[in-house]
Amino acid sequence: MLDTHQAIETPEGIAIEIVVAGPVSRALAWLLDTLIRSAIYIVLFIPASFLGKMGFGILMILIFFIEWFYPVYFEVLKNGATPGKQSLGLRVLQDDATPIGWSASIVRNLLRVVDFLPVFYGFGLITMLLNKDFKRLGDIVAGTVVVYTDKKPPAFESNEVRARSPAYPLQLEEQQAILSFAERSPFLTEDRAEELAGLTGPLVENTRSPMRQLLAISNWIAGKHR
Amino acid sequence: MNQEQFIQRHEKTWERLKQWLELKENPPTKRPVKNAPPRPEAEKNYDFPHAYRQVCQHLALARSRLYSQPLIERLSQLVLQGHQQFYKPRGNLLHQIIHFFTFDFPATVRQEWRVVALASLLFFGPLIGMIIAIQINPDLIYSITDGDTVRQFQDMYDPERYDRLGREREADSDILMFGFYIRNNTGIGFRTFAGGLLFGVGTLFFLLFNGLQIGAVAGHLTHMGFIETFWGFVSGHSAMELTAIALSGAAGLKLGQALIRPGRKSRLRALRDNARIAVKIIYGAATMFFIAAFIEAFWSSIAGMPVNIKYGVGIFLWLLVIGYFLYVGRGTRHAT
Repeated sequence: MLDTHQAIETPEGIAIEIVVAGPVSRALAWLLDTLIRSAIYIVLFIPASFLGKMGFGILMILIFFIEWFYPVYFEVLKNGATPGKQSLGLRVLQDDATPIGWSASIVRNLLRVVDFLPVFYGFGLITMLLNKDFKRLGDIVAGTVVVYTDKKPPAFESNEVRARSPAYPLQLEEQQAILSFAERSPFLTEDRAEELAGLTGPLVENTRSPMRQLLAISNWIAGKHR
Repeated sequence: MNQEQFIQRHEKTWERLKQWLELKENPPTKRPVKNAPPRPEAEKNYDFPHAYRQVCQHLALARSRLYSQPLIERLSQLVLQGHQQFYKPRGNLLHQIIHFFTFDFPATVRQEWRVVALASLLFFGPLIGMIIAIQINPDLIYSITDGDTVRQFQDMYDPERYDRLGREREADSDILMFGFYIRNNTGIGFRTFAGGLLFGVGTLFFLLFNGLQIGAVAGHLTHMGFIETFWGFVSGHSAMELTAIALSGAAGLKLGQALIRPGRKSRLRALRDNARIAVKIIYGAATMFFIAAFIEAFWSSIAGMPVNIKYGVGIFLWLLVIGYFLYVGRGTRHAT
């Protein structure tokens, strides 16, 4: 199992898996958010400059809120993701994989100031690299984690190969390995698929195409033999 | 049962749950876009908890039977989505806010009186000390701030300017200053809090620094004899603003305490527990900063107001703040 996968046990007694996001994608999301925020400032600045001092007063209040609470608004009310995070397929969750609430969100975003120290998210980056969940200081204190959401379930591609029973009974793990191979094979080049399939040795002996042989067995295991 | 049969039998349940969840996550907008096909609403009497638990069971089955990875992943995704929806925090926000200000906030401040007292000492100590010290040695101001800043402050509160111009500022510049105070002062408060994560050192710095600076300016202007203009100006918002700074400091010290003296908990555990308390104090402190900014911009700046009324309002607000923290929410049982 890759180390970015973390299992969390739910009250229903099953483990759900989250995939934590690392510094690079989070930095990109931050950059996007920063650009969006700058664009908002510029758009607000234009009408404010027509209103004179009063306009700048209102502008200052708006800037204050955007400065500190832009992430809070999106994290709590828009499914845990600022526009930047959304476009990179990221999302903020509590440690137990439930949606983030007001307090946790405010804590993690106020503490951003400390993560930013001494220059450009220095402490945040060091902290992220020191724990397995890529948490910055604000995440540690608030008990939150940034995860990937854009994992689409792979399509169930059925292949046309006729099911065939294996030459001898297979154990569960072996069966699963063959099923996984069948599901991955459309994403491999044909040569590579043949090469991988050839590694199974006795299962594919005396066949012209080891890949087709394995696909046939996988169809048999999956129960497509009627 | 093999995988194909399993999928065939339960596919409908999964599809229906997925649809329902997606509609819940992105509910159709009230006013539909022109020419767009109307989006269906989430089914009203759909038994979500039942369906969610069913799919949880399917996932457990699929895992124990070693069904294929894509199927397990698909079900995991569905369960994760359902989990989000199922454990979403619910509650009436307005009710929570009222409960917070009539009970939670003052009670938390009382409960954390140790850090509140320490933060107050670290802030008001240098502040008052500096005011007194400057009366004895006026040049001390230049060890805190440079000459230009001192001159600016002097200009701002020079009684002669007030006499000449009457009300110094117009309404629109009141709003300008309101925005400035909110952004500047609340920002200082938030930084004072966040600095606590550096083993309390950041908080310590901001408390002492702001205490010394405010004390120096106040002491200097008092020494110059600008009593009515300066103290008249600051008396109104002083209660809210200074208390809010001290409370932000208390929240920061709470974070620092978790790292320096976690007690019998691990530092991580202590940090999380203390942050939960600290953030309540921060909610309250931020609100007080807003009120202070409002008073400062729209009340303190009225130049024509007799100074005794300003002092009176100032004292009244101090009593109000102290009384609030001493008495509000006592004897009420915690509702949740």
